[in-house]
Amino acid sequence: MKRLISTIAVSAFAAGSLLASIAAKAEDTIKIGILHSLSGTMAISETTLKDTMLYLIDEQNKKGGVLGKKLEAVVVDPASNWPLFAEKARELITKDKVVATFGCWTSVSRKSVLPVFEELNSILFYPVQYEGEESSKNIFYTGAAPNQQAIPAVDYLMENEKVQRWVLAGTDYVYPRTTNKILEAYLKAKGVKAEDIMINYTPFGHSDWQTIVADIKKFGSAGKKTAVVSTINGDANVPFYKELGNQGIKATDIPVVAFSVGEEELAGLDTKPLVGHLAAWNYFESVDTPENKDFIAKWQAYTKNPKRTTNDPMEAHVIGFNMWVKAVEKAGTTDPSKVIDAMIGVAVPNLTGGLSTMMPNHHITKPVLIGEIKADGQFNTVWQTPGTVVANEWSPYLEGSKDLIADWRAPLSCGNFNVKTGKCGSKS
Amino acid sequence: MLRTLRIILGLAIALISSAVQLVWADDASIVLTRLATENYSEIEAGVTALAASAIPSAEAVLNALADSRLSYRLSDKAIFFKDTSGKWIDAATNAAPSEQPTGLKPVKVNNRVRRALDAAIGSMTLLSADPKKRIAAADAVFKSRDVNTLSALDSVIAKETDAIVKQHFEEARAAVLILKPDAPEAERVAAADRLGQRGDQDALALLSSVTNANATANVIAAGSLAAKSISRRLALLSAAQNAWYGLSLGSVLLLAAIGLAITFGVMGIINMAHGEMVMLGAYTTFVVQEIIRAKAPSLFDWSLPIAIPLAFFVSALVGLVIERMIIRYLYGRPLETLLATWGVSLMLQQAVRSAFGANNREVGAPSYMAGVWDLNGFQITYGRLWIILFSLTVFLALLGVMRGTSLGLRMRAVIQNRRMAAAMGIRTPVVDALTFALGSGVAGIAGVALSQIDNVSPNLGQSYIIDSFLVVVFGGVGNLWGTLLGALSLGLANKFLEPIAGAVLGKIILLAVIILFIQRRPRGLFALKGRAVEQ
Repeated sequence: MKRLISTIAVSAFAAGSLLASIAAKAEDTIKIGILHSLSGTMAISETTLKDTMLYLIDEQNKKGGVLGKKLEAVVVDPASNWPLFAEKARELITKDKVVATFGCWTSVSRKSVLPVFEELNSILFYPVQYEGEESSKNIFYTGAAPNQQAIPAVDYLMENEKVQRWVLAGTDYVYPRTTNKILEAYLKAKGVKAEDIMINYTPFGHSDWQTIVADIKKFGSAGKKTAVVSTINGDANVPFYKELGNQGIKATDIPVVAFSVGEEELAGLDTKPLVGHLAAWNYFESVDTPENKDFIAKWQAYTKNPKRTTNDPMEAHVIGFNMWVKAVEKAGTTDPSKVIDAMIGVAVPNLTGGLSTMMPNHHITKPVLIGEIKADGQFNTVWQTPGTVVANEWSPYLEGSKDLIADWRAPLSCGNFNVKTGKCGSKS
Repeated sequence: MLRTLRIILGLAIALISSAVQLVWADDASIVLTRLATENYSEIEAGVTALAASAIPSAEAVLNALADSRLSYRLSDKAIFFKDTSGKWIDAATNAAPSEQPTGLKPVKVNNRVRRALDAAIGSMTLLSADPKKRIAAADAVFKSRDVNTLSALDSVIAKETDAIVKQHFEEARAAVLILKPDAPEAERVAAADRLGQRGDQDALALLSSVTNANATANVIAAGSLAAKSISRRLALLSAAQNAWYGLSLGSVLLLAAIGLAITFGVMGIINMAHGEMVMLGAYTTFVVQEIIRAKAPSLFDWSLPIAIPLAFFVSALVGLVIERMIIRYLYGRPLETLLATWGVSLMLQQAVRSAFGANNREVGAPSYMAGVWDLNGFQITYGRLWIILFSLTVFLALLGVMRGTSLGLRMRAVIQNRRMAAAMGIRTPVVDALTFALGSGVAGIAGVALSQIDNVSPNLGQSYIIDSFLVVVFGGVGNLWGTLLGALSLGLANKFLEPIAGAVLGKIILLAVIILFIQRRPRGLFALKGRAVEQ
């Protein structure tokens, strides 16, 4: 009995001191929210981004934190469930009082949390390439817009591979549909005929590619150089590339340029049959700059895994996080409404040897790199834009958006200003 | 004064002689140094120049470049390559350098350089002693259509004795001629005929680029005639090819569903964790391959046969544990079983995610599963062929177990009438546990095969669970033959709908058809009759 009482007393004391330490911590730390799926279908891509954020926060704390305070990560798991993203975002902002959140991967998850961030006036950093056609006051888009990835890739194929016939293959959801719409309009504007464009959509996780690959082969044998522009998402890529290899389609015959295939996706593949197929990104792990080498070395040391790969969305988080730190220091406070204003014009070095700047449309400037897959699963950069490219958040190739611009500086402060009518529309 | 003069003279002589030596020795190196750059157009030009030169190491250098074994020394742009045993060779002398070269940088290639390489190596190996290499060379020329190889082709065709190689040479020659505007008309017409006989998509591609701009009326007529005959042939082929694709998709569905045919079909358990048993099988394959890679790389081709019994064992064991700990308390309560197994499936997924990470794992294909078997244009990929054979074997083996073993007999007895079977002295709980383990184990075996065509990730099972239920329900619950027929007909229907309606719509149509079918025949294709139905 006595022992029981003492146990209870000890544990109560322990619990009490734990609570006290949490309370003390809460007062002198700055909280950062991390909203990435750690379970469910998207965990494959998002888990790494969570680790990246933890690494960045750890590094910043080693340098003394921000504004003299330590940073503290609040990790939640929205479990690849879109409505849950909104709930978790609300929880982060209202309950955990985070001053900025880094998260989301799919566009639908971003659309799900957007009203929450606008309502509660907080900040979200979104690190993935996406279809554009959006600009929110509370979201900073550190991934590529279509003109920072898709259009330069098509240009490269046209000029260097003399491609005249195009297969636009994608998974059936909003990013591929919008990107392909933009690309189709762009190709037609460049004089490609409708019969030289084949558009194909497949369901999520499509695993039997035999017919479609055979179709691509057939489409490619009409006497004109053909290429595939792939917006096939995540998991479906592995069986797609396996089938390409099986049916003997080599990159020298029909090159495939992908926008969703990075080092992580290739890690699950035997890449020897894929040598020469392309990917367009703003960053490759193989980029040979001192900044990148330093980042990879520290990242691998942090994760204690000398084989851990890096990829494009990770670099986007690195840039986004450094921009946030700089903006907070510039504003002298972590108050989101002041930081949002301070963000515009902030420039930080990216990992490919240039400077990325936050533009008034809440998108950043990025270089565009085209890489060919090597036998070891890395990319060999074969082409690169000479400088950085400014994002077109509203595509000039789409009927509904060609007159729109976003500028969040006062006095305009609008995400969808129509230059023809001179009005700030209701589209967001 | 005199001394200075002498020194100057001496220096001059030394300079001149070294320069002469340089020119003499480096005649070859001038061509080679063109490869020592980062500029792809320059490398491409270097490849072509090298192929045309008489440098003894040219073929080895080009092959090394194609396999990325070629490097250059940053200090003097000298080219070195690794031979197949991994030793450095100096390209200029075609011999091992006196000392190990340092400060090397690999020469990179892109698709354009790769194409130039294919063409260059092709034109250089037309005279190879190995008939396979000659065929590869002919095919490379067929693709590159390099006009400069024409005379070489003419001479090798005259010399060639092997009929098959000769045919490839002649097709390559036809490919060069058909698009050569200044070739004699008769030759071009003959070339069109020759391509028409070849009858594949590549030939069609060539024929369709014959236009007014580059040909006379006769050539165009011959070309379009040949193109038409090819198109007819290809249409027939594509129907056959579709049937093959359907068969292969059906065999994958069969593999995924066959374990479920036992746990759901025979035992009536709505097992939502079935897909995870498949996933465990796939991960077992991954682990087996990792161990083989580390310990005995020579056994790699045996990794799948080794993985099959292990995958069966792992999944069966997990199945047994699930049955003993959860399902046996839930017999006769399908809703609770559904929820419980759904929970188990989530737990298994997350467990695998924690153990192996969320990323896809690479499972390699053994050499006998790679490549295509080309039967005159009808293409059979070896991987798919093996999977079809494998799934039929598994099906027959399972049928054998159900029909021919005492476990099978007891299983059937318990299914038909549990109470009667118990009264006859059969320990029904043991039979239940073993049946569930058998179904799970078969799912594990399916995982070994699926690791060859799909992602090995924690989500692997989820993508097959719906299709598996579909197959079992469609085929008729409780009937293995129904599962076979259900899988094959769903596979075929899917593949014939896909080209017409597209992958997304095709799947929707198929689902709608199945819903209507189940409305008409709630018990599927093969309904079980008798007592079992009443339970």
